Amino acid sequence: MAEPEVREQTAEHAPEHRAPAAHQGGPTVRVYLRVAAILGVLTAVEVWLSYSGITGGLLITALILASITKFVMVLAYFMHLKYDDWRYGRFFLMGIVGATTLYMIVLITSKVFLR
Amino acid sequence: MADAAIAHAEHETSTGLPNTKLAMWLFLSSECLLFGALITTYMLYRGQSEQPPYPQDVFDIAYTSVSTFILLSSSLSMVLALAAAEKGDDIRMRLWLLTTAFLGMAFVGGQVYEFTVFYEEGLALGTNLFGTTFYILTGFHGVHVTVGILMLLGLVGLSTSRQLPAQRSFPVEMVGLYWHFVDIVWIAIFVLIYLIPTPNPT
Amino acid sequence: MASVSVSAPRGFLRRPTATTGWWSWFTTVDHKKIGIMYGVSAFVFFLIGGLEALLIRAQLARPDQTLLNADQYNQLFTMHGVTMVFLFVMPMGAAFFNYLIPLMIGARDVAFPRLNALSFWIFILGALFLYSSVFFGGAPNGGWFGYAPNSTTDPTPGMTFYALGLIITGVASTIGAVNLGVTVINLRAPGMSLFRVPVFVWMGLVVQLLLVFSLPIITVALVQMTTDRLFDTAFFDPTRGGQPILWQHLFWLFGHPEVYILILPAFGIISEILPVFSRKPLFGYQFVVFSGIAIGFIGFGVWAHHMFAAGLGPVANTAFGITTAIIAIPTGIKIFNWMATMYGGDLRFHSPLLFIVGAVMMFVIGGLSGVTHAIVPSDYQQTDTYYIVAHFHYVIFGGGVFAFFGGLVYWWPKVFGRLYPDLVAKVVFWIMLVGFNLTFGPMHILGLNGMIRREYTYPEALGLTAWNQVATVGSFLIGVSVLVFGVGAVVSLSRKRHLETDDPWDARTLEWMTACPPKPWNFDEVPTVHSLDEFWHRKYAEDHDGRVVRVPAGASGAPGHGDGHGIHLPSPSYWPLVVAVGMPLIAYGIIYSWWLVGAGALVIVVGLFAWAIEPSVAEEG
Repeated sequence: MAEPEVREQTAEHAPEHRAPAAHQGGPTVRVYLRVAAILGVLTAVEVWLSYSGITGGLLITALILASITKFVMVLAYFMHLKYDDWRYGRFFLMGIVGATTLYMIVLITSKVFLR
Repeated sequence: MADAAIAHAEHETSTGLPNTKLAMWLFLSSECLLFGALITTYMLYRGQSEQPPYPQDVFDIAYTSVSTFILLSSSLSMVLALAAAEKGDDIRMRLWLLTTAFLGMAFVGGQVYEFTVFYEEGLALGTNLFGTTFYILTGFHGVHVTVGILMLLGLVGLSTSRQLPAQRSFPVEMVGLYWHFVDIVWIAIFVLIYLIPTPNPT
Repeated sequence: MASVSVSAPRGFLRRPTATTGWWSWFTTVDHKKIGIMYGVSAFVFFLIGGLEALLIRAQLARPDQTLLNADQYNQLFTMHGVTMVFLFVMPMGAAFFNYLIPLMIGARDVAFPRLNALSFWIFILGALFLYSSVFFGGAPNGGWFGYAPNSTTDPTPGMTFYALGLIITGVASTIGAVNLGVTVINLRAPGMSLFRVPVFVWMGLVVQLLLVFSLPIITVALVQMTTDRLFDTAFFDPTRGGQPILWQHLFWLFGHPEVYILILPAFGIISEILPVFSRKPLFGYQFVVFSGIAIGFIGFGVWAHHMFAAGLGPVANTAFGITTAIIAIPTGIKIFNWMATMYGGDLRFHSPLLFIVGAVMMFVIGGLSGVTHAIVPSDYQQTDTYYIVAHFHYVIFGGGVFAFFGGLVYWWPKVFGRLYPDLVAKVVFWIMLVGFNLTFGPMHILGLNGMIRREYTYPEALGLTAWNQVATVGSFLIGVSVLVFGVGAVVSLSRKRHLETDDPWDARTLEWMTACPPKPWNFDEVPTVHSLDEFWHRKYAEDHDGRVVRVPAGASGAPGHGDGHGIHLPSPSYWPLVVAVGMPLIAYGIIYSWWLVGAGALVIVVGLFAWAIEPSVAEEG
């Protein structure tokens, strides 16, 4: 790889260039930590559920609800969708809704849920 | 100055959205279809293996839970890296990026170890449908994590050799989006494959 | 990145700067050059796929022929399908999109020019990888649709090349789709809202979204096929509980959107050419746009109509039969809007219009047979017969390829700076039209009389001989027409570059505001757009009686004859080509040696890193 011989430095450390948070009013570090804590708790709940005696539809529903909550929280806060332009989320929604719909049809057609 | 110029150029787009970020979200959207197909294949064949080992024979939920916490923590360190980048704090940014990379490596290492244990317990790719679908699905995920680790290390390298643009939070944000996505795929895999018990074939 | 300048101490790593000369084609990031490379490659594969077709037709001209044995025949019809779908129609669509979309939206290039080059190089290397199979034990032989477990258990290596080759070309298309999608969304000229872009651009956007959402599905299927063939996985192995029907679901989940990927570019071309040669605006622009979006959306909901005879059961079959019938509606809407565009127009029957009218008519015929497939019990009789072969050739060739030829002749002066000889093009059209209908028309009859697909011969007693002979004669006529087209191309390109005007067709859209061919920077000044058909409205206004009047000097001055001073274009680069080389290395490696996989991965990682530190616009000096 070529080493740059001539470099024009731009301000690499501009202490005064300190944005308070992310782009347009994004989460602060405190919010991130809180979200991370919730994610951790939810994960612990999921693990507890799997060791508990709960079985069947109740177990599956609880686990899926917990995981969807985690899924949405990472998207909203860590991936910033809650604070970002609506279009990013719209494209992602196309993918996730499309995938879920199409693949559920495949599984239903294959009678997986009747087992 | 240069920051303003870059910001201006990015937002001269028809929607005001930067091209790279739009591209990344489109790409992540398509990845939903990719992992969806692999997960669907797993679901189709769940409980259909004609011989052992079956999931409950080999799964160590405690072990995998630790892996899951590690990957979750890496998402936290990733956003902390982004926050540092936005403040222009290069040292902290590199620190958190490296932390994320190491947590990712720990996760992948944990996966590799898990695979070797399963293999020793008799689960190969072709042993049964469980082996086939499990290894390919989690293997694909692991490859995605590995690519993410390379990108993280690349960012650290670029930052160290002062090749990142002044508005360095943008590339960090882009890698972050990819990294978090890989994490949420694992959120789905952990529940659907590991925690939801598979019925024994009769 | 703009603040960093890179100069290499070692000569061979110096940033390429040439934008002319044959070497510049390997390092170009210019969408126009990339479009030409896609177009030339696609046309070469059209010829190869055509030769494969002629061999097939020669074999089927008479019953019980032994020109080809069964194994050779299997390879030929497989490669004919793979070549035509993946290596001709898709890249030709990409050629048109790459060349025209930036010009039509007033942009100087696509959103990610080096990524654009990467797409092309990955595509061409993937195609070469696919064809290299003939040297490694035989071409793919499991049909273009690769049904498992036949495809996963065949001991010849061809289908491994099929799987890996299509994964590679799929990566190229996915990257290209993200690139063009962002381009349409983000790089439009000031004032060009989404409802002021040409229909061709809208169809382009829908195609890119179809690609982005459907390619991952087949990628997974192809990976599963590869691991079944090479690594003993059980995805499609019934002896271990695998379900071959999974392959069909995954393949057709991609495969049906794929056919709209194939035809929507043609719909876009038709929507541009008809108004120009009717000297009337497109009738019902919004209907045409929304129906294109509807086709894309509903197109994801019909895939199992390729599986009616696979045993999914009456509920699934009924549901998909209904959605399949529904999707005929938006397509029909387009047809009516096209007809209404021509009605009352000042029709000028230059060759582009002939090709387009032919395309619409042939597509309608193909659509009629398509509607009969939507009726499940009817499809039970038609499936796996030549009736189906007739249907899809009428829509893809009759609709799509005729439209491509129309587009080639129409935009020829834009790309090459001289006209394609109109008389030659008309001769091509008529021979092609006759030859095409002689080839595929009889296949409706052959199919309903019981001629089975994918079989290398048929017995005399079935009474299929006469129509087969007609079909073979027709196919060679098609070959003649393509030869004539080639002659016309050579004649045209060997002439000196000359055009009376940069707007030979008196067209409506922005690409005709540039020089023929356009300067590298496309527009001297990016136009501000005030309406649909912006160029037309700059040339013509309506007087107080509502008649169309030419605006003096209204064509915004001389198009693109400036010198590009002060315009910074993205600079050429080696890295796309370098990174692309890693892909076939990995593919060969998966088959033959893990060291090669490592080497390929290394090439990609190093190449991408070098790319990342290279500024997109090279510093001066």
